[in-house]
Amino acid sequence: MSRLISFVLNASTVTFDVPAGRPLLDVIRGDADLKGTKHACREGDCGSCVVLVGEPTGGAVRYRAVTSCLMPVAAASGCHIITIEGLDPGRIGPLQRPFVDEGASQCGFCTPGFLVSLAGHLLNCTTWDVGPAFNSLAGNICRCTGYASIQRATARILGTLRHRVDLDEPRFAALVREGFLPSVLRGARALALGLEPSTDTHGVDRPVAGGTDLYVQRPDDFSFADVALVPTRRGGIRIEGGEIVFAGSATAEDMKRSRELAAELGDMTGAMDLMGSLPIRERATIAGNFVNASPIGDMTAMFMALDAELELVGDGGRRALPLRSFYLGYKNLDLRPGELIDSIRIKRRPGLLFNFEKVSKRTHLDIASVNTAAALRLENGVIVEAGLSAGGVAPVPLALVGTEALLIGRSPDAETAWAAAHSAAAEAKPIDDVRGSAVYKRLLLRQLVLAHFQVIFGLADELVEVPA
Amino acid sequence: MSSPDLEAHVRGTSRYIDDMADPAGMLHAAAVTSPSPHAELRAIDAAPARALPGVVAVLTAADIPGLNQIGGIIQDEELFATSTVHFIGQPVAVVVAETFHQARLGARACVLDLEELTAIFDAREAAAAGELITASRTLDTGDVDAAWADCDVVVEGRADTAGQEHLYLETQAALAIPEEGGRIKVWSSTQAPTAVQRITARVLGLPMNLVEVEVTRLGGAFGGKEDQATPWAVMAALAAQRTGRPVRLTLNRHEDMVCTGKRHPYSSDFKLGLKNDGAIVAYEVHLWQNAGAAADLSPAILERSLFHATGAYFVPNARIHAASCRTNLIPFTAFRGFGAPQAMFVMEAAIDRAAEVMGLSRSEIQAKNLLSEGDEFPYGMRVKRSRARRSFNEAAGRFDLAAVENEIAEHNATHAVVKRGAAAMPVCFGISFTNAVLNQAGALVHVYTDGSVNVSTGAIEMGQGVNAKILAVASAALGVPRERIRIENTTTRTIANTSPTAASSGADLNGSAAGLACRAIADRLRSVAAERLDTPFDRLSIADGVVLADGEPTGLEWNELVWNAYTKRVNLSAHAHYATPGIWYDKETEQGEPFAYHVFGTAILEVTVDCLRGTSTVDRVRMVHDGGRSLAPAVDLGQLEGGLVQGLGWMTMEELVFHQGRNLSDTLSTYKIPDLLGTPVIEGHFLDDADNPKAVMQSKAIGEPPFMYGIGVYFALLDALRAFRPDRKGVYDAPLTPEKALMFLHGDR
Ligand SMILES: Cc1cc2nc3c(=O)[nH]c(=O)nc-3n(C[C@H](O)[C@H](O)[C@H](O)COP(=O)(O)OP(=O)(O)OC[C@H]3O[C@@H](n4cnc5c(N)ncnc54)[C@H](O)[C@@H]3O)c2cc1C
Ligand code: FES
Ligand code: FES
Repeated sequence: MSRLISFVLNASTVTFDVPAGRPLLDVIRGDADLKGTKHACREGDCGSCVVLVGEPTGGAVRYRAVTSCLMPVAAASGCHIITIEGLDPGRIGPLQRPFVDEGASQCGFCTPGFLVSLAGHLLNCTTWDVGPAFNSLAGNICRCTGYASIQRATARILGTLRHRVDLDEPRFAALVREGFLPSVLRGARALALGLEPSTDTHGVDRPVAGGTDLYVQRPDDFSFADVALVPTRRGGIRIEGGEIVFAGSATAEDMKRSRELAAELGDMTGAMDLMGSLPIRERATIAGNFVNASPIGDMTAMFMALDAELELVGDGGRRALPLRSFYLGYKNLDLRPGELIDSIRIKRRPGLLFNFEKVSKRTHLDIASVNTAAALRLENGVIVEAGLSAGGVAPVPLALVGTEALLIGRSPDAETAWAAAHSAAAEAKPIDDVRGSAVYKRLLLRQLVLAHFQVIFGLADELVEVPA
Repeated sequence: MSSPDLEAHVRGTSRYIDDMADPAGMLHAAAVTSPSPHAELRAIDAAPARALPGVVAVLTAADIPGLNQIGGIIQDEELFATSTVHFIGQPVAVVVAETFHQARLGARACVLDLEELTAIFDAREAAAAGELITASRTLDTGDVDAAWADCDVVVEGRADTAGQEHLYLETQAALAIPEEGGRIKVWSSTQAPTAVQRITARVLGLPMNLVEVEVTRLGGAFGGKEDQATPWAVMAALAAQRTGRPVRLTLNRHEDMVCTGKRHPYSSDFKLGLKNDGAIVAYEVHLWQNAGAAADLSPAILERSLFHATGAYFVPNARIHAASCRTNLIPFTAFRGFGAPQAMFVMEAAIDRAAEVMGLSRSEIQAKNLLSEGDEFPYGMRVKRSRARRSFNEAAGRFDLAAVENEIAEHNATHAVVKRGAAAMPVCFGISFTNAVLNQAGALVHVYTDGSVNVSTGAIEMGQGVNAKILAVASAALGVPRERIRIENTTTRTIANTSPTAASSGADLNGSAAGLACRAIADRLRSVAAERLDTPFDRLSIADGVVLADGEPTGLEWNELVWNAYTKRVNLSAHAHYATPGIWYDKETEQGEPFAYHVFGTAILEVTVDCLRGTSTVDRVRMVHDGGRSLAPAVDLGQLEGGLVQGLGWMTMEELVFHQGRNLSDTLSTYKIPDLLGTPVIEGHFLDDADNPKAVMQSKAIGEPPFMYGIGVYFALLDALRAFRPDRKGVYDAPLTPEKALMFLHGDR
């Protein structure tokens, strides 16, 4: 079944009569016949298909770089979509020039994705430093250049803007003024503000949130499918009395940026940067991570250690369920048909010490071989509360309850660290797979539990087992 | 000077095959492939596929009008398997349907009746079972057997390198269009249009002059589209011929990763003998190349392994055995370096083992044994203009290798958890196709009456910047600004019998041919000018669009001169052919001069390992590279950096995982290549006044050599690991993944 879906595409409003589930990528390349957006994986892992999705919110439009291969077109309804064609000033502009001069493009296939991601960064950044800019390009793969030239081009662009644009002035207008965005986009942005998002997909029982699990390598299943969108345009992360409350639709990027969360758990930037890439994090929801039930879900591991409680809403009403009771077996959940995760709650515990560890073949944009989160609280120098989780070591995300019990009442020293590390390794039941052998994963979990003590308590050399 | 394609790339206007508009009536094709690594193929039941909506045809070997044979070097590979399937992903049929999706559904619906046979996946096992692609080869120089007695130290060991997925971002793609008179036009994402043309003609039962293959550009290739683009183009052409409609065949990433060849895994045993001062006396090595199920380019790749087994070093007594072993894996293929990296890794491993045993630093042994002018390679050629020592010394000096090594030793002595390591990696790489026949190229140049110029060659632009280099040559040879010249698409109709754009030689060969053709036209124009200006021919030249006499502007401009020549009925077009002089090789005696010249350079690589987690970072890589006189410095820097990073990926995170012949690392989420955040600080320096009379305008080929700088990272990592575990000996089993690192640091042995 198809629906009429309207959005602003680059400079003009478009309406397509298409199935709601069709990947935005296919609408752009097919229905709209814009071939500048490329695709090289259809699983969110290459960034060739990145477009900007501008979402009108309260009189402003917030632009995010997303992988269009994983996004249902219905989610673009009422938005302003900018593709590489939309960034093209019809000549070589100041965004493009450094890429040409530095040779930051060889075969060119990745180039549109890089430029769109970079434009997304320029629209949102709060500093002209290269670090965050490079981070925003971590979801874009280039096989030709080795990235050094892309880094140089990016640094040049930031260097130019540092002198020309005040961080506080309205960014969109400033980038248009400086020629980094074509001026026609300004009018298009205004058009988007007038559009009504129409995501009424009532009566469809295939909920999609970010689509970053559902759509992976399954364009065929969705190209002609109707889907229901889990509302993602509300919620966020807030403090409610003694609890931190997360909307189920809060994204990984929301977690990274939340000041409220940072105040409770410490800076989450480092931990969240280990999850996916910016375009994935912008769409990846917490509830989606839970329901996908991957044994190596990063947010799942974090919330397990934090002993979160789910608030489920369905035809039968609302019910609360500890996340630790959600997983019944491999990809088997205590989730009733039609039920949605509405929100997630964790208790505020002043002085809680939180850490997340993850090792994968590639540090960024990779799935963990093993991940683990620790949430510890001390009183009078001894551990009085301990949450410890592990992913990648069992068919389900694991709460290491035996190790948690062991930690209570101990002081956080090397001896405790080693005891916990050995206990965690003993609780793990890993298998051999493409992410590592069982022996490795067990050993890795041991080491990552030690790493928690290194990070949280500043232990270091004491953790090194002196080789015999 | 950047590639002329760049401006289109950054504006998003560059078109790749999948971006081309669908011709009217176009169909999509998808291959039916073997789910088994080795089985008797008893029957293919296509009826369920034919019954599906949109499916127009299912074509098998029975539908092939010509020969069901796509093998190049050896004709041992069917387009569609008939009686036996030899690897998972081997095509047995192609389904043609109205949409991409319907073609895939059709392919999935075909039922294969298979009887499983025993399969071999390991190269050494295959060799033991006599499963060789061709007879194994041995290079033998000096007297190895006698030399062992002269050595103070002899070390032995085993070294393995895994394969590598090309991961060109544009997947394999072809679009075939039937034209009048039985002619077929094929757009193919190939490095080898002539190979596609030849094999399409062979399979379709057509003369080559009825098949045209055209290429605009490739979205990356790295060797992966030299032979491996062919079957998909041929299938599209066959489907177009059979259905009479245009057919597009684009692989999705998963299909591409499962069904196409990659870099060869190698396994090796080495034995190295040295004097106490580190001088290498003798080296013996056995290389087992895992060729996969068919020859593809494996014999040629094996030959390059033989030639590069001693790396950048002089080894007076060497014996190099190499066997290409047939297994039930995907036919492995060309990938940047073409067998040289695998062999050079073994040499470095042997040096590392020697350093470990002798208590010397690796770089001492490396420096001691670098090639000097006139040293002989095991294949009989003497090195000329050797810059092995010069580049090593310049790198060691410029980057202060001794200080880096000291600083790291100090760091490691004072840090328990975080360890560092460094390595030097000298490279010597021979330029030319080792198959001498391929070292030829053609070019066709037209000057139009408005003075604009078209240059066609057999070179394929795949991001390596060959068009920029040809443009530089043409501009210099004609004496016109680059803006007046367009480098044309590559098509077999314009330039016939082309060699693949490979072996780093694209610019050398095609640039030379283009230069010859341009000079022929320029000479004719100078004659016209000589007459017009009444000045002797020898005193005239053309530069920047102006005719000069004794270097001074004459007032006669290019456009006017061209028009003048046209009115005088002077030929404004030229075709030229170039063949690299002086190269030969005798496989009987295993002696010859297979290369026009060698490329040299040295990299210094530094790493840090977190010994708690087993994770590592490559901190900095600095290189001194012998680039000749660059035709396009920005392009060469890009090749240097890009090649290096591919090499780093091969040595660290890129892990092909096969289980019972099935590739488990068959998506981008399970096969990881380097990303921007993991990129080290890279510094590339090119040697000054590095002439090279053996190539066009004193330039040097650059595509492949930088890849091998990446090998150094393995040894830098090993040093950091051994700093934590001084009780453990080096292991040589690339890639050195976080898993292997952690097992080395903390695993039981
Ligand atoms: C390139 C890439 C990299 C990734 N990297 C990581 C990583 O590093 N770490 C990691 O943990 N994950 C990673 N993922 C996986 C994925 O991004 C996360 O699991 C994400 O949180 C899923 O959320 P989503 O909103 O996109 O889910 P969707 O794909 O929309 O949905 C997933 C499932 O959840 C259901 N669902 C969604 N919302 C609700 C709700 N509110 N109530 C009930 N059911 C719901 C859907 O029906 C579906 O079954 C990666 C994915 C990609 C494509
Ligand atoms: S196609 Fe690779 S991320 Fe979308
Ligand atoms: S330029 Fe080829 S993939 Fe980036």
